[in-house]
Amino acid sequence: MLIYLARRLTALAFVLLAVSMIVFALMHSVPGGPFDTQQAKLPKAARENIERKYGLDKPVWQQYLNYMSHAVRFDFGIPYQQPQTTVAALIGKTWIVTVQVGIMTILVAFSCGIAAGMIAAYHQNGWLDNIVTFGAMLGVTVPNFVIAMWCILFFGVARQWLPTGGWSNSGACLYGNLLCSDWILPVLAYALAPMAIIARYTRASIVDVLGEDYVRTARAKGLSESRVMRRHVLRNAQIPMVTALGTEIPNLITGSIFIESIFRINGLGKFFVTSTLNRDYPMIMATFLLVALLWGITYMLTDIAYTLIDPRVKLGDKKEG
Amino acid sequence: MASVHRSFWADARRRFMRNRLAVVGLTIVGAICFLALFADLLAPFPYDHAYFDKVLLAPLQHPEHLLGTDEVGRDYLSRLIYGARTSLTVSLLVQALAVLIGVPVGALAGYFGGRLDFVVTRIIDVMTAFPSLLFAILIISVLEGGLTTIIVALGITGWIGITRLTRAQFLTLREREYVLAARALGVPTRTIIFRDLLLNALTPILVAVSFGIPSTIFAEAGLSFIGLGINDPMASWGKMVGVSNAYVRIYWHLALFPTIAIALTMLGFSFLGDGLRDALDPKHDQR
Repeated sequence: MLIYLARRLTALAFVLLAVSMIVFALMHSVPGGPFDTQQAKLPKAARENIERKYGLDKPVWQQYLNYMSHAVRFDFGIPYQQPQTTVAALIGKTWIVTVQVGIMTILVAFSCGIAAGMIAAYHQNGWLDNIVTFGAMLGVTVPNFVIAMWCILFFGVARQWLPTGGWSNSGACLYGNLLCSDWILPVLAYALAPMAIIARYTRASIVDVLGEDYVRTARAKGLSESRVMRRHVLRNAQIPMVTALGTEIPNLITGSIFIESIFRINGLGKFFVTSTLNRDYPMIMATFLLVALLWGITYMLTDIAYTLIDPRVKLGDKKEG
Repeated sequence: MASVHRSFWADARRRFMRNRLAVVGLTIVGAICFLALFADLLAPFPYDHAYFDKVLLAPLQHPEHLLGTDEVGRDYLSRLIYGARTSLTVSLLVQALAVLIGVPVGALAGYFGGRLDFVVTRIIDVMTAFPSLLFAILIISVLEGGLTTIIVALGITGWIGITRLTRAQFLTLREREYVLAARALGVPTRTIIFRDLLLNALTPILVAVSFGIPSTIFAEAGLSFIGLGINDPMASWGKMVGVSNAYVRIYWHLALFPTIAIALTMLGFSFLGDGLRDALDPKHDQR
């Protein structure tokens, strides 16, 4: 297990290195820096001064080494757009909002998705199953910003039940400035796609397991229906569900760009877009490294979760687990 | 039953036509392709002409502008029709690019293995280490925005999936006996790779492309929606949704119509893809 972990972490480090090089090379391969403003041209001397301050006058490879030597100490430099803070602080500030959106979405998506999938599987080919299957198909295919727009049009404009934008700004909150009324629409719109995928996975895996011999045995020996479901069906149906979890959580990271944009939420996703538009190198680099790190870690955790749920799965080549 | 000879493709077509959803998908996709092809004839107005005296008309408010006008007075119906053209142009060209790069690279890596395969798999590893959409955004931010950039950006990220698939196909197919037989007969390697093996690997690639189209449509619409995609005055459904967000409280039609267009197109292509997969690969378990 430890050897396996070490190997995965080394691979992750290499990937991060490669990602950082690609992003760095791409960002520096085009003419035009962050200080070429369209509105007012800076005097040459002033521009050179600023470029020296940020180290932009050095050759690219030196800039890269310089950057990376700081980055390993979690010093990602100063964002060009807001020189009074650091990149790390800025990401930390916006990250909280994105994490709140993400956690709420995961909670809603998983609870509702698993429940819907279980209901559908239990009433296989009944009308409840058809409704769930149809809804899941819509949720998987229709992009989240389209669903978000429909939610806004219906709940925000036609009915005016809920606020159409913001995050923790509506004033109607359940707890401090958490769980506010303006959380409902973003989370609903955002959760629908993962919910649909989870419902599909859950339904498929439960239907699979329900046909197994050991389920018939469990029923034959007179176990109660709820006990059969809990002990025999759900436990075995968990494995594909973990796959869904592992692939959906990283997807949530990018999906939030659209949700944050349409609901005017000041989170990392929206900030990432403004950083790219402004060519804010330190911000872009840091966000990319962060996302690549998160992706790597979630995939690794998924693989580890397999072994915890299913002792039959062994990681790596050696015997372990 | 008398054994009637039917080719694989005739069989696949029969399976496809029996699938009701697949036929619905084909109809939707056909209609959208028709709109895109004949946009010049079908659209009542040019997509970029702004009638400044008729800004933000509601649908049916003016007899000439059935679906109203946008924030600078362009006919909304015409822009929706031209949006189909943008959407399809981007997605088809991106998939073509992905196939043109992905299939040869994957085929060569899978067939020859060795150092080439090592390099290709490392590239795939790195490219799948973070969301492809973010990578596309990065490329767009580096290059100038617009139609060509978006095609390049999505194409660069799109070939990875095709490469991985082709490589995996070739890895298993190259061990088949007919390859050995062909080699023994002295068939040139080029012919083995690009005729015998490619034809056998074709159906999964075809299915992957048919699923790649809706995801590219989504990517284009999404990028245009956040303002990183298609530039004005070109019509893009995603951009129309993005712009409409500012007017949504009063001019709801600006948001409603393009979202319906996106959703319908995505559904059409997904049904078509599902149908194709079931028709071409009957052994695939339906999950």
